[in-house]
Amino acid sequence: MPLYRSGAFVTDDWTFLTDDTPLPATGAVGVSRTRFLAERDALLGRTDPVGVMLTAGDTLAGIVPDLPRLALIALRFPKYGDGRPYSLARLLRERHGYRGELRAIGDVLHDQIPLMRRCGFDAFEVSHPSTVAALRDQRVVAVRHHYQPASAEASEIRPESHPWRRVSAPHL
Amino acid sequence: MSKRSKTFAPVVATANDLATGTVVFRTPDGRWSADLATAEIATTPAEADALRLRADADVAADRVVDLALVPVVRDGAFVRPTALRELIRASGPTITLPTDAPRIGRAARPTP
Amino acid sequence: MYRYDEFDRAFVHERVAEFRDQVGRRLSGELTEDQFKPLRLMNGVYLQLHAYMLRIAIPYGTLSSRQLRQLAAIARDHDRGYGHFTTRQNLQFNWIALKDVPDILEKLAAVEMHAIQTSGNCIRNVTADHFAGAAADEIADPRPYAEILRQWSSLHPEFTFLPRKFKIAVTGSPHDRAAIQTHDIGLQLTRDATGALGFVVYVGGGQGRTPMVARKIRDFLPERDLLAYCTAILRVYNLEGRRDNKYKARIKILVHESGEAAFREAVEAEFAALRDEALDLPTPERDRIATYFAPPPFAALPERSVVFERAIAADPDFARFASRNAHPHKVPGYAIVTVSLKPVGGPPGDATATQMEAVADIAAHYAFDEIRVSHEQNLVLPHVRRDDLPAVFAALRQAGLATPNAGLVTDIISCPGLDYCALATARSIPVAERISERFADLDRQHEIGDIKIKISGCINACGHHHVGHIGILGLERKGEEFYQITLGGSGDETCTIGEIVGPGFSSRRIVDAVETVIDTYLALRTSPRENFLAAYRRLGEAPFREALYAAAE
Ligand code: HEM
Ligand code: SF4
Repeated sequence: MPLYRSGAFVTDDWTFLTDDTPLPATGAVGVSRTRFLAERDALLGRTDPVGVMLTAGDTLAGIVPDLPRLALIALRFPKYGDGRPYSLARLLRERHGYRGELRAIGDVLHDQIPLMRRCGFDAFEVSHPSTVAALRDQRVVAVRHHYQPASAEASEIRPESHPWRRVSAPHL
Repeated sequence: MSKRSKTFAPVVATANDLATGTVVFRTPDGRWSADLATAEIATTPAEADALRLRADADVAADRVVDLALVPVVRDGAFVRPTALRELIRASGPTITLPTDAPRIGRAARPTP
Repeated sequence: MYRYDEFDRAFVHERVAEFRDQVGRRLSGELTEDQFKPLRLMNGVYLQLHAYMLRIAIPYGTLSSRQLRQLAAIARDHDRGYGHFTTRQNLQFNWIALKDVPDILEKLAAVEMHAIQTSGNCIRNVTADHFAGAAADEIADPRPYAEILRQWSSLHPEFTFLPRKFKIAVTGSPHDRAAIQTHDIGLQLTRDATGALGFVVYVGGGQGRTPMVARKIRDFLPERDLLAYCTAILRVYNLEGRRDNKYKARIKILVHESGEAAFREAVEAEFAALRDEALDLPTPERDRIATYFAPPPFAALPERSVVFERAIAADPDFARFASRNAHPHKVPGYAIVTVSLKPVGGPPGDATATQMEAVADIAAHYAFDEIRVSHEQNLVLPHVRRDDLPAVFAALRQAGLATPNAGLVTDIISCPGLDYCALATARSIPVAERISERFADLDRQHEIGDIKIKISGCINACGHHHVGHIGILGLERKGEEFYQITLGGSGDETCTIGEIVGPGFSSRRIVDAVETVIDTYLALRTSPRENFLAAYRRLGEAPFREALYAAAE
């Protein structure tokens, strides 16, 4: 599936395992939270990176202490209208200081990507064809002026003397 | 609506024009017209199914939205929807619309 | 009032461009209706029975004459020459073409207006007391806080796909004219023992099919914590609110199902954690926004106005108008004027383009250029010299806007109902029109006194029927409209959900039924000073039920 990361489509270097697929000896793997909690030591004992997949409705319970050791967290949007992953993303970034890749998976569409970015997502798995095309051609028309700080402080400008205002870069 | 009962009521296909929102009815020649009098009337369940298929294709082609087949009755030379809701859709609000003209006389307003 | 700076202007223009792009992608078929619907809703575009409807935000109900004139121009150029002011201090146009919406938004942006978040599962237009900044009983002006909340909630990246819509109301007076306890969050400005400003916080009020009065979850929230606390409430709701059933998705259900104590604990825990993550309300920023709402240059006037008193003595029509539609102002020599949008026999809340222009002219001339929209679907001129009241009355009368019925039986709230609304089960406007015709006699209206009749055309309760002293809910049974009556509801600081008194009435009988209720009240009140609600609270529903159903039993 096309993966958009840091302004370009890239090849996905991660393998996502179902709960009953045996753990490969090498390569970056992502697993469900349940599996991560069950096989934590084996997973963290590997030399290659480990990631966890969460879906809307999951909590961060149990994984917070291991966040510094996770290289990827994938948050699933079961439907684009399910807004829970936005809050999870901000909690990860702002409360728990998570610095690894934060990937949006599931129903990831054109008009939600700018919001996801502001909540700290930095990679997007996109299957919707016209969304792929819009990203590829830099055609996503988005509002760049914001009235609230969020989780994209590093890439946003803060206009002088206005504590909440932010301006993001012209392109995603 | 598409429930099969022994007394099948004739139906027309109605929707709103995608770009303008105007209430429209599907005509026998495949246009969508604002005039209910020009609508294709399906009088059997089979005709209704066929009408629904053709109308669905127009929804898929992004010509119209909010499609429904609605029962109609013939009233002399006129056709009108059975349900009040559809009657109002076809002929407009039942109240005098506010206008810049001074309000005079209210006799023309249909009372329920 | 608030004025846009370069940043605000850039924001709305970018939003117009984004929406223009979205409309273009829908018309070209790139977006399906399912994908487009939430996008158009988030910008106030509905599909109604006859056409698209555009809902325009009037933040906390405040308009300048320039803005009102632009609304009139849009009504003429893109609609059928009128608009509908709603209970949420918005304006709705009923006959809009989707393809025109981007151009309309551009015209709105030119006068610092927009339609952002007037629908959708996001934080809606923030409402406030329509007498803000003028009311004699005000502790502090709610508008700066409403504006701060408006900005903070605009395109909020985390809270744009909530389980359901989210409505916030703010009041600065102990007498609640903003119905805060029927909102998802209701904020009441207050002072603590040291005199510091803050808010009483209510959460989980709402109407619709499961009406609930909000719970008070904080007695005092310091003003600097406003945004952090609202973020905490919304985050708890976003993560925990039900998404399995849209009828159980409002925050009121979450508060109800988790229990008030557990809900409060969850919010307080999130709030405690959030406090370290910025977002407090620094005094300079509060002050910057508050300066926009500084009082206009009031003149030093005596409390009594000789011109006013002479006019009262000379003109009984004016006297009647003044007794209902002029209200006490905090500054001596001034009054607040209600411009009734409830003509006898007309649709509640509608104004024609010409009327909008007339009100704009009057506001520019006599009222520091300010107009408010009330949640009772009227307009308000917040600052009028008492000396000018006779002239304002004359000008309003000329525009057909001097109906002296504020707060009376014909000042009815009504949703659009089946004449416009795709969700309706019955018509509501014709019922409102017939009731106002029945009670057209002004002497009779004034004798009946304060009473609020509120009508909704379906269980969604947009017409606030649950909190009407007399509430009327239009339903449908076997293809016939019928109307259920609730009594004793109230949306103010004594917020109460009305009680259903018995079986519904046919369209033909509903007006008689309302008259029966009112005649029963007139017969049983202790004196004309005991208004309908007070009498109902003393008497209970029994005498009303008996009077309504005696004949049938
Ligand atoms: C015209 C199309 C409209 C549609 C489709 C519509 C839809 C709805 C729905 C579905 C609800 C129930 C929400 C819930 O219980 O979760 C609702 C509530 C409400 N609407 Fe509307 N509405 C419309 C017009 C209006 C108008 C004209 C007004 C103002 C006069 C209005 C103000 C409200 C208010 C105050 C509520 C109840 C408060 C609450 O949400 O708890 N709506 N609307
Ligand atoms: S109460 Fe029902 S009929 Fe009235 S506007 Fe709301 S959804 Fe429509």
